[in-house]
Amino acid sequence: MVTKTGTRTALEVAAQVRDPELPVLTLADLGVLRDVTEEDGRVSVTITPTYSGCPALDEMGADLRRSLLEAGFSSVDVRMSLSPAWTTDWISEDGLRKLREAGIAPPSRLGPREAGPVPLNLVPPSRRVPCPRCGSFRTSELSRFGSTVCKSLRRCADCAEPFEHVKEI
Amino acid sequence: MSFDNAYESLIDHEDTHWAFGTGFSEALAGVDREVPDVDRADLAAYCLMLGDDALILSHRLAEWCSRAPELEEDVALANIALDLLGQSRLLLTRAGEVEGEGRDEDALAFLRDERDFRNVHLAEIECGPFAGGDFATTNARLLVFSAWKIAQYSRLRSSADPVLAAVAAKGLKELAYHRDHAAQWVVRLGDGTDESHRRMRAGLERVWPFLDELFTPHPVELRLAGVAVDPAELRSEVDGVLDAVLSAAGLERPVDVPAARVNGLAGRDGVHTEAFGYLLAEMQHLHRSLPGAKW
Ligand SMILES: [Zn+2]
Repeated sequence: MVTKTGTRTALEVAAQVRDPELPVLTLADLGVLRDVTEEDGRVSVTITPTYSGCPALDEMGADLRRSLLEAGFSSVDVRMSLSPAWTTDWISEDGLRKLREAGIAPPSRLGPREAGPVPLNLVPPSRRVPCPRCGSFRTSELSRFGSTVCKSLRRCADCAEPFEHVKEI
Repeated sequence: MSFDNAYESLIDHEDTHWAFGTGFSEALAGVDREVPDVDRADLAAYCLMLGDDALILSHRLAEWCSRAPELEEDVALANIALDLLGQSRLLLTRAGEVEGEGRDEDALAFLRDERDFRNVHLAEIECGPFAGGDFATTNARLLVFSAWKIAQYSRLRSSADPVLAAVAAKGLKELAYHRDHAAQWVVRLGDGTDESHRRMRAGLERVWPFLDELFTPHPVELRLAGVAVDPAELRSEVDGVLDAVLSAAGLERPVDVPAARVNGLAGRDGVHTEAFGYLLAEMQHLHRSLPGAKW
């Protein structure tokens, strides 16, 4: 059963909550919102962590709870799902565009992963990551680990600006 | 919402915003938590082994924060530590719930004594930034540890325990980044100057005696067929990865001389190295002095 409080369903409210670490994205854009159910004003939301240790997860839960209560739902239960594990392929097309517009290079699509051995990279994989500012492909990785666990830091050789890249996982 | 200062937004709400061990801390809410048909004490012990491996290495890596040779490495090692901490939270929560005595992740991390920890020695030994190693040694350890964990988690993905299978599938992607990071440093230092080569070689020699324990099965692991991984199975895969890295780095594989055991016992039995007591004192001090502290 879908109840509307005012005009918005629980799913609509939950989908608009923003990611604390990448605030240009909603939780729906990021692909961490797995399920929203609602009955008689009581909402149950299932989210999945991006990384096992993502400290934003607690905050996402708190933000979801606050937004849904403010929207008039009577109770909110936030649950976590680990499986299937989140990958950057869960970020929506809209999400990739918003990242690019915010000056953050979006991850490329990796497609289905093979179940075989994890490949060892003795040099950083030379992915073609275009500069979100000028579009140049002459960019290189400065650090695989950036300001948050999901981002790396790169530099553009043409416009000479550093930029962040949501790295593929 | 507005606050007088930035920190005010982090405290005193119905849901505490920040860090672990506060507020929204039911780490496994909503996860399929069916307990497979095995001895519960064994399963709890196994979850502790894996959780402690990740927790203790996470602590060791966090010791580098503000001490790494460059800012990027500070950030990298802290991020790797955070991934491992996240894995350990899930594993310790699972251990506590399977045990069924009401201990949560915090009780297990902060209120157990040395003899009750089940991590392998490789995770706990000092490899820098303090005495006993340096940045090269830390990367030698991280390479060996993550190569071993990748082999273990790859197999755990099909564990009969749904939580272990899910944690492994998720953690594997993180470990791949950790292993690449360490491997690239081992190659860079091994294939660098005479000094960096010498220090990388010393780093490998420091950690090599702790390899043998990684592949020595504990009775709990052998009793949990279908749930746990027999570590003896991992040796050839791990050796293959290490040999590939060492050969690219122009480094020779150190001679295998396993560290001595005490009456045949080691980390999985709760027998630890001298450094471990100091590590625990540092890690547990705050929680034990101010139970439930948050900031
Ligand atoms: Zn550019």
